[in-house]
Amino acid sequence: MARMKFLCDAERCIECNGCVTACKNENEVPWGVNRRRVVTINDGVIGAEKSMSVACMHCSDAPCMAVCPVDCFYRTEDGVVLHDKDLCIGCGYCFYACPFGAPQFPQAGAFGMRGKMDKCTFCAGGPEADRSESEFKKYGRNRLAEGKLPACAEMCSTKALLGGDGDVIADIYRERVTRRGKGAEVWGWGTAYGPGKPGAQPPAAGGKS
Amino acid sequence: MRPRRMVVALLAAAAAVFGLAACGESEQVVVYTQGKYQGKPDTKPWDNAPLAYGGNDWTKGDKASWEKQINTRNLGQNEYRRIYNQ
Repeated sequence: MARMKFLCDAERCIECNGCVTACKNENEVPWGVNRRRVVTINDGVIGAEKSMSVACMHCSDAPCMAVCPVDCFYRTEDGVVLHDKDLCIGCGYCFYACPFGAPQFPQAGAFGMRGKMDKCTFCAGGPEADRSESEFKKYGRNRLAEGKLPACAEMCSTKALLGGDGDVIADIYRERVTRRGKGAEVWGWGTAYGPGKPGAQPPAAGGKS
Repeated sequence: MRPRRMVVALLAAAAAVFGLAACGESEQVVVYTQGKYQGKPDTKPWDNAPLAYGGNDWTKGDKASWEKQINTRNLGQNEYRRIYNQ
């Protein structure tokens, strides 16, 4: 198995925030903490509006891991980046290092005090006993230990958000783009899969999503 | 030169030499060392028994069977195969 990854299809995302709601509900994330959020560009511009669901991308070379002064991050065998809240000191370095704004800090008390960092766990819990109450309270539900994938991806109504084994979801996305005949120009098709055969024509514009 | 002036000059020279001695070119670059996880060890997801409900099917402790289960869920995200069974 390759590494666990998320992939969001900007051609399909309709900004319904179903993934955000699913994440909040599944992990009982406190008020003010958003492990996942939907980002929209060109909002309201007809034909140019694109939305995308963003959370921790579980980087292969995660900057949060590199900057953490107490080394509370670790990567599982499946490539999921997790952290130990018992070690976290809430310094916020990871927030500055992360290009996706994934680390979140709950208001732990008065005077704007920051609590321990909270972020998307790919529904894989943390370093507590799997499926235990202590794991749920600190990190949320451990769906991987239940043989399931993250709730956000499995709940996505348009299947814009794909989550799971990187190779498999790349295959799903590749098949999708090939069938609909467009979308390559939106999400780095050339970067991911190369320019194709020499002299190949770009996909026709205006195909069905 | 008077002995007093000579002493002052010698002291000034000594102070200058002492001052220059503080301007050494010591190494300013810190050697970066990769940190190592300091927290508690985590368990593997396949080391859990499947739930009694939900159609899960893998053997506890068997990574390959757990990966097969995850792969099945993964392919469920492909509506071309899920709906049209192609």
